[in-house]
Amino acid sequence: MAEPVKSLSLRLQAALLDALLAAYGAFALFCLTLGFRTIDSAGGLTLQSRPVLLAAVVGAVFVGRLLLNLFVWQTDRPRTEPFAKLFTGATVARRDVIVLGAVGLLSALASLVPFPAARLIAGGMLAFLVVGAIRRAVLHFLPNLPYARIFTVGGLAFAVLFPITAYLLEKAFHLGLPLRYLLDLSIVVLTYVMLGSGLNIVVGLAGLLDLGYVAFYAVGAYSFALLAMNFGWSFWMCLPFAGAFAALWGCTVGLPVLRLRGDYLAIVTLAFAEIVRIVLLNWTKVTNGPNGISDIPRPTFFGLPFGASGETFSTFFGLRYDPLHAIIFLYYVIFLLVIITNLVTLRLRRLPIGQAWEAMREDEIACRSLGINTTVNKLTAFATGAMFGGFAGAFFATRQGFISPESFTFMESATILAIVVLGGLGSQLGVVLAAIVLIGGIEALRHTQGLKAIFGPDFDPALYRMLLFGIAMVAIMVWRPRGIISSRTPSIMLERQRAAPGLLPKERRT
Amino acid sequence: MRQWQNDPVLKVDHLTMRFGGLTAVDDVSFEAGSSDITALIGPNGAGKTTVFNCITGFYKPTEGMLTLTHPDGSSFSLERLDDHDINSKARVARTFQNIRLFKGMTVLENMMVAQHQTLSRASGFTIGALLGIGGYRAAEEEALDLAREWLRRVGLTSRADTVASELSYGDQRRLEIARAMCTRPILLCLDEPAAGLNARETDGLNELLYSIRVEKNIALLLIEHDMSVVMRISDHVIVLDYGKTIADGTPEEVRNDPRVVAAYLGVPDEEVRAVEREVGL
Repeated sequence: MAEPVKSLSLRLQAALLDALLAAYGAFALFCLTLGFRTIDSAGGLTLQSRPVLLAAVVGAVFVGRLLLNLFVWQTDRPRTEPFAKLFTGATVARRDVIVLGAVGLLSALASLVPFPAARLIAGGMLAFLVVGAIRRAVLHFLPNLPYARIFTVGGLAFAVLFPITAYLLEKAFHLGLPLRYLLDLSIVVLTYVMLGSGLNIVVGLAGLLDLGYVAFYAVGAYSFALLAMNFGWSFWMCLPFAGAFAALWGCTVGLPVLRLRGDYLAIVTLAFAEIVRIVLLNWTKVTNGPNGISDIPRPTFFGLPFGASGETFSTFFGLRYDPLHAIIFLYYVIFLLVIITNLVTLRLRRLPIGQAWEAMREDEIACRSLGINTTVNKLTAFATGAMFGGFAGAFFATRQGFISPESFTFMESATILAIVVLGGLGSQLGVVLAAIVLIGGIEALRHTQGLKAIFGPDFDPALYRMLLFGIAMVAIMVWRPRGIISSRTPSIMLERQRAAPGLLPKERRT
Repeated sequence: MRQWQNDPVLKVDHLTMRFGGLTAVDDVSFEAGSSDITALIGPNGAGKTTVFNCITGFYKPTEGMLTLTHPDGSSFSLERLDDHDINSKARVARTFQNIRLFKGMTVLENMMVAQHQTLSRASGFTIGALLGIGGYRAAEEEALDLAREWLRRVGLTSRADTVASELSYGDQRRLEIARAMCTRPILLCLDEPAAGLNARETDGLNELLYSIRVEKNIALLLIEHDMSVVMRISDHVIVLDYGKTIADGTPEEVRNDPRVVAAYLGVPDEEVRAVEREVGL
């Protein structure tokens, strides 16, 4: 901040005022949620007031805000500067090194004390410092490595090798890994990556805010289930049809609504998704209504089913039957689908159609003045996104073996949209990261036993995960308002070597 | 017969545009010569941009005919075409009063989007190029050449890979013209191309517009407030006021037309009083 230096009394005044306002805000927020508690007693519900807790929280907000004001926001030299430098490219002075070293030493000492809460905080601090130091060291000694590429290739290699390696290690050494749980979770994450990638075409590239993406997921799932149940077709035969039906539905919905824009389009797509769900719920003859469709056939390995009896995958290859085989296979199926989706998207972005999508997102009127038929291009975006949603739906149906309209509520659409927005509109890598954070993160918060150290042994992290998760989302959107990945790679360059990062669009309504 | 009536690229006949009770353009007729720079001028609110929007298909005129004739003799009724067909079929390109670039995309991407029609056809409507068949690569090279040529002419070659929103205002104006030229138009409509430019940039713009007309044999139709641009480069000036044509001729004729002077500068107070006395006010 290049603000002029203010006198001490002025600074103090401003800091106090700000802290008082923050404390008032905290009071207004917490006076009902923390100040009172209902207790289920013999004579009915009784109200217990907790003034001490409330005062402690409001006081903590006041003191914290005051300290932040005095030492970070209202000074010319914020005391957090040395820490911030760890995560930027700024030059580190000797002073900063001393401060960081001292804090590091203190944290190391504090992590030895017998209080678990203090140890947790000190440990966190230490981890923060170490990560920052490693980051600076790597950037200092190896400044010109293609980090984005290393990251992508490394991630892909991990995704390919993880199930097989983990399975073999488990079989060889009996490590007791929760393999089934990890694989199931990865499959769910990958399904959301697939859905996010599809929606990314519609929202991120073409700029059409679609709140009803789950409709295409549902169409894909039900197409697969009905084709497989009624005609006995295999997964691989049904897959193209599921995609085609979803794309067809995309066109059907798209044709009448695509003259709308922004908020209006969002509402109409939301309504269409509800129509799909309600039709599935009530068209009992075909969809079996709220009871859903069960016993949907599982995918087969080139015709070999994964089962315990008969001619199966395990007998064909002379392996001992293991239910994990089927799950590993499912993992690779969805992984393959994700890779195909992303390769196609990558290619489309470099073709005229993808450039037209992005141009439409930027300025529709200019597009029309350049002879681009926006209706046709919006339809192709809608249909392409819908097709990938349909593939994901077919996969979902075959993995679950059971589908019902329950699975295709608005909440799903919102989650998928959150993945796209959080990842950074238009960024494919962003979708992957956001899906891991959003779906995997919620799961991971179930296992944060360490928080018991702070909140006491009664604390059940699984109960608070949504709250923690909300805080994390707000934090990400405050610090990275354009999403996790905010740079955009141009689809074509005049000079191929030079990187010219642009910015992805902000969430915008036109 | 005036020179622009010999071989008009655009013929506007009795164009009228009403918005509810407001008649923005009232029975305007004019011709734009096929290798002329035609300027449409008039005070604010005279209906110039409305005429433009009718020609480029953003408005459907209430009445009137807009006939565009290509050098090969084929003609198009613009009032019947969709806005994107006016560019892709009738080959009319336009720029906007408030610049409309694809701001998040690079300069080069802007130029490539403008060639969407050609490229899309070459890519076999995506499917061919996705499967790697057809001559998409060659078409892309050709499109890149055209983009390069226009970037060179507007002096933006070194900024080809920059994001459009990072360009200065003058560069953005020039990029918008270059982008419009990438659609290979035969009539280029410019809505206040000199607005917001300084004197040096205006000179550069004049040269650019002049060279487009001379070298490429492309007709230009422009709305302009800057009289130094209008008087210096245009061959034919049409003056609108309150939606009506009040003058139509060469720059010299228009400059000396008393009605134009009155519309721009007003009339002396004595005349107003004389008229008031006549009508009994």
